Amino acid sequence: MRRGIAATALVATLALAATACGGSDSSDSGDKKSSGELSGTVTWWDTSNDTEKATFKKIAEDFHAQHPKVTVKYVNVPYGDAQNKIKNAFSSGSDAPDVIRADVGWVADFASLGYLDKVPDAKAKEVDSAFLKQAAASGRYDGQMYAVPQVIDTLGLFYNKKMLKDAGVEPPKSLEEVKTAAAAIKSKTGKTGLYLRGDDSYWFLPFIYGEGGDLVDAKNKKVTVDSPAGVKAFKAARDLVTSGAAITNATDGWNNMETAFKSGKVAMMVNGPWAVADAYAGDEFKDKANLGIATVPAGSAAQGAPQGGHDLAVYAGSKNRDASHAFVDYLTSQTVQVQTTKALSLLPTRTAAYDQPDVKSNEMVQFFKPAVDKAVERAWIPENGALFEPLKLQFTKAVTGASSPEDAAKASATAFHKILKDWK
Amino acid sequence: MTVHTGQSTAKAAGEGARGRGRATGERPGRLRRALSTHWYAWTMVAPVVIVLGVIIGWPLGRGIYLSLTDANERNVGRTIGANHIDATYKFVGLDNYVDVLNDPVFMQRLWWTVVWTVCCVASTFLLGLVLANMLNREFRGRAAYRMMLILPWAVPGFVSVFAWRFLFNRDNGLLNKVLDGGGISAVPWLDDPTWAKFSVIAVNVWLGVPFMMVAILGGLQSIPGELYEAAEMDGAGPWKRFVYITIPGLRSVSSTVILLSTIWTFNMFPVIFLLTRGGPGDSTEILVTQAFRQAFVESPRDFAGSATWGVLILAVLMIFALVYRRSLRKQGEVW
Repeated sequence: MRRGIAATALVATLALAATACGGSDSSDSGDKKSSGELSGTVTWWDTSNDTEKATFKKIAEDFHAQHPKVTVKYVNVPYGDAQNKIKNAFSSGSDAPDVIRADVGWVADFASLGYLDKVPDAKAKEVDSAFLKQAAASGRYDGQMYAVPQVIDTLGLFYNKKMLKDAGVEPPKSLEEVKTAAAAIKSKTGKTGLYLRGDDSYWFLPFIYGEGGDLVDAKNKKVTVDSPAGVKAFKAARDLVTSGAAITNATDGWNNMETAFKSGKVAMMVNGPWAVADAYAGDEFKDKANLGIATVPAGSAAQGAPQGGHDLAVYAGSKNRDASHAFVDYLTSQTVQVQTTKALSLLPTRTAAYDQPDVKSNEMVQFFKPAVDKAVERAWIPENGALFEPLKLQFTKAVTGASSPEDAAKASATAFHKILKDWK
Repeated sequence: MTVHTGQSTAKAAGEGARGRGRATGERPGRLRRALSTHWYAWTMVAPVVIVLGVIIGWPLGRGIYLSLTDANERNVGRTIGANHIDATYKFVGLDNYVDVLNDPVFMQRLWWTVVWTVCCVASTFLLGLVLANMLNREFRGRAAYRMMLILPWAVPGFVSVFAWRFLFNRDNGLLNKVLDGGGISAVPWLDDPTWAKFSVIAVNVWLGVPFMMVAILGGLQSIPGELYEAAEMDGAGPWKRFVYITIPGLRSVSSTVILLSTIWTFNMFPVIFLLTRGGPGDSTEILVTQAFRQAFVESPRDFAGSATWGVLILAVLMIFALVYRRSLRKQGEVW
């Protein structure tokens, strides 16, 4: 789970249950009136993190100003539990949201299960022509478009400029350089070099891409996680921990990583644009210029970070589909995309948005845009989301030393084969 | 899944009730007589019986049926808005059971579940016994101590577990801060498989002691004081009084609480799920959390596999309850 399982997850679950029980607004069947004016209630489940959610809540409420008869019900669902919660709601149908913010890796899964409403033709055409190609690709399943890309992202290496300067090292470009830099940081400042997120398999991807491998080869229907490159990737991650270059946790990784980086306990972490606003909130980065970003360190064969991001999709069983699609249109409009970039440094998915002064001048965008262009596009298969759970298990075992890199790679492949039944 | 886990307790309780019924001795024809004389009572009970049948019997039957099919999220029928998908799952007989029992994962989980249950029940029982004995005498502030000791029980389970999770956090948790002050290096409470096992047991014991204590305290207070007086006259020391009066006097209470607590602990989902999510890796995963993982975390959701685990968990608990009851009966318990 990428954004980490916040400790508040259950509290939020209860809050969610409470709001869900509170009203049956989603059953308002107010659709398009004869005048063509939209009305009714649109419930939006947003998965943005604690620092981002206020901005998105405000944006969602602004929709009401444009369509006075539509009420938007904003619900924040912590990312870590969202996939499960969305599935529960969609499969039971009761109190299901009308619009969801879905990780790019979930779209094909939800669509293949029949949960998502197709994007209307006109909008699909617009997405094809006006949005970034690789972002648009993530919303497709079986030739149809089921989701509109909201933001695109990838992983980068966040570093504390001052700390690296004190240690007299440059931002490392490879895992080898991370180790030497970490040693210098340790001896000069007494701090740890890197926080390695060990409880989330998304953070494993740069390691496997870095060794020239991938989880699966979708074209040839082949599981490749246990290839020599895969084994080397587990080894490289474990090596960072045993060499003392990195610290890791098997639980609460997201919170521990953020705390460690923001409070200056570690000099570097691997993270995405969604963490920028949170980093700025920390003591170390009161002066925003202290936060530096570089490409993720390369492995022995290559340098690569995964393409990620979030899409917006409409529930197929929504009672208010017209208003829901209009809401998605609004959320993916250029104005809103520029707004989120300005407030949260998130990357827009519209090509034209990058010409806007607010986006152009954003330092994070200046770094992340070229990184996204080069990011490794994942296999957009329905099983995408399913692969991450067993992989997480093995990645945690490998980095904490509970199992050897070879065993971790082998066990991941066995689990993948169970999910991808007819694959090689 | 929750349905099945709930069932096992209900089922086990049902075992007890049936046992008692049989002990009174039934003769053929008696049922009819009971029906005609007590028809009013039967009518009053009917709604409860029907409701129980619906909320326990139906899911149980459905669960057993699912465990004999290959149902998963993709092949069960559903209608979502305009999308209608037909059910395509089929009956596969006992294949799921063969798969699960051949899978080393099941035996691993079963082993750890048994270790976890035995450790938790033994520790809670002993601690509860000690605390109850300490509280079962007159001293200043007894009411205040009792309140304090019952507190873990009064706090909602998930609140306590989250509180413990913060305490256990390796980098920022209070426990490690305290240890650090004492010069001991950080303990990876939830990051190391062995420590994580220790941690989940510790939290469960902390949560379970109040129940044991209150139940045993009740038992202690029902032992007549004259017995102790007489023993004291005969020159029995405190240890002898404890072994020959307290322990036998508590037998009926302790046998019940041990059975209950074993079943609860065996299926203690929240402590493990909320504290470690079965981690690090899968080292603290017990049978129920594993079944939950299959049904709700991994995708596509494996309904058949999860139902199989559920039925097996139920079977294990039923066997345990039967063996336990038999052993108690041998000791001459009426139970």
